[in-house]
Amino acid sequence: MAAPLAPAVKARHISPEKSPGPSNLRRGQRRAATLFVTPFFVLFAAVMMAPIGYAVWMSLFQERSSGLGFGGSERVFSGLGNYTKALSDGGFRASFAHIALYCALYIPVMIGGSLVLALLVDSAMARAKRFFQLALFLPHAIPGLIASIIWIYLYTPGLSPVLDGIGALGGSWDFYSNDHVLSSMVNLCAWQWIGYNMVIFYAALQAVPRETIEAAVVDGAGAIRTALQIKVPLIASAVVMTVLFTCVGAIQIFTEPKLLSQRGAPSVDTEWSPTLFIWKAGFVQHDYGLAAAASLLLALLGVLLSSIVTRLGNRWKAAS
Amino acid sequence: MSTLTRTTSPARPRTAPGPPAAPRTRRRTAPGALLSKGVVNGLLIVAAFYTLMPVSWLLLAATKNPRDLFGTSGFALGDFNLFTNLHHVFAFNDGIYLRWFGNSVLYSVIGSAASTFLSVATGYAFDKYDFKGKEKLFATVLAGVLVPTTVIQLPMYLLATKVGVVNTYWALLLPALVNPFGVYLARVFSEGYVPNEVLEAARVDGAGEVRTFAGIALPMLAPAFMTIFLFSFTASWNNFFGALVMLNDEKLYPVNLGLFMWNSVTQQQPEFYSLVITGSLVAVVPLIVAFVCLQRFWRSGLTAGAVK
Repeated sequence: MAAPLAPAVKARHISPEKSPGPSNLRRGQRRAATLFVTPFFVLFAAVMMAPIGYAVWMSLFQERSSGLGFGGSERVFSGLGNYTKALSDGGFRASFAHIALYCALYIPVMIGGSLVLALLVDSAMARAKRFFQLALFLPHAIPGLIASIIWIYLYTPGLSPVLDGIGALGGSWDFYSNDHVLSSMVNLCAWQWIGYNMVIFYAALQAVPRETIEAAVVDGAGAIRTALQIKVPLIASAVVMTVLFTCVGAIQIFTEPKLLSQRGAPSVDTEWSPTLFIWKAGFVQHDYGLAAAASLLLALLGVLLSSIVTRLGNRWKAAS
Repeated sequence: MSTLTRTTSPARPRTAPGPPAAPRTRRRTAPGALLSKGVVNGLLIVAAFYTLMPVSWLLLAATKNPRDLFGTSGFALGDFNLFTNLHHVFAFNDGIYLRWFGNSVLYSVIGSAASTFLSVATGYAFDKYDFKGKEKLFATVLAGVLVPTTVIQLPMYLLATKVGVVNTYWALLLPALVNPFGVYLARVFSEGYVPNEVLEAARVDGAGEVRTFAGIALPMLAPAFMTIFLFSFTASWNNFFGALVMLNDEKLYPVNLGLFMWNSVTQQQPEFYSLVITGSLVAVVPLIVAFVCLQRFWRSGLTAGAVK
């Protein structure tokens, strides 16, 4: 399989670009580079750059029905018309308010939860660490759609053992009511991600130098104080990154609100989240210009958030 | 790089159950320590109950007939009907479920294998070769990582309509082939796993570039390949929005979309509940098995991703 290697040809470290070899060797390398890189970039151009370019183009036109509304419609250039239309659309703006509200509840619950779990698994007192890691991470192996279906059934009276349990205790709960549906959605997403982020935090905790923790213990800090005052500050960068990644995910949320709205949760309408709005504008109203403009606005927000993540990440990497 | 390797071999020795390692734990074996040990493990058990309960319910619900599904309480056993339910799932509509499952495998396994191969070759080229405009091209790849995929789904659909690939296998396969994050990871892994000296030695021996890549670098990049594969496999197996947008013909559906369609009629036709529940279980079991077996790769990929 592998070509036979001559033992230690050159002791010096040679990087390929400085290799003084004959020119046909370099030509070979350039040809190989082209061969390796081209297929990816052809596809990249086709499925990423072309759609974005096309979206920009589409977003500049509006459909105007001609005459009395009979006959076809025509596409007219409208400049930034679709963008102002999207930004002034009550539904589109409301969808961002929904996401903000959702994040306000979801991020503390999910990040707080996974941080506490990571600290618990990391603590010297935890038993069966491998089992707990596996058990907590397991929901992440389940596709989002199936996770949503399972939880929606667990929210459905008659099917749900959870509701049976609440009933047996003499209580009652309506997971779909206006007051509760947001927490139902938060629960559904937290279930999928809490273990995933726990593993990330746990890995970061593993990297905390042992001596630092022992020093704190020698100084008389208890387990809880060590966790909160020593460990958490040391993995703060991992926490901030995770919060930002979570925001990038949150602005794209589709499956969960789609299924909840299909189930008839009254306050989750068909344009609850930005992606649902785009879906409706494109596939229900066939207003492609508006959908394209809304897509690009959302993409812009996503790129903005992700570039903050990358910037911070690079800065921390440079600092460490 | 250190962060990548760190996770597979934890820097800190595991505090395994056994003889108490640190003197500090021994100092306080008083009731207080016992109590806090109980609290820590108690909380973890509660959390594990939370994460495992829905899946166990799914397993149990898949064994019930439609009457028991609603008639008995969630965690009570009804008549054992798992095999009847499985039969219904696979027989329904001339075995459409099996076809969906096959489609999912095609989209995810074949798509991800091809995509991973492309990513690894590209990332390797970015690491090992010098060519014109290299860093600019790489910046484009990184920009691609930043763009949220759901957001370009609609323009992609419109474009695909023009080209005529909407409602074909290609509509999901082609986008799945492009994984900019995979290219980024592959470059990082290639820097760490493939020493330049080895390539130099191969070149001196007269091996061509393609042969050097296939015969020497690729085996060294096997763990990277696995990690990137798992990333893109999960992404495409989970891809519901893309399938919903791109496909009309139910013969092309992946399992996700098929279950979604079944689920959307449950309120009118409650007999579909059993189909959705059992179908979900069948779809989830291979994933759980794969995930338990491939834990090591999930973890290294996860932390590599977080470090990005």
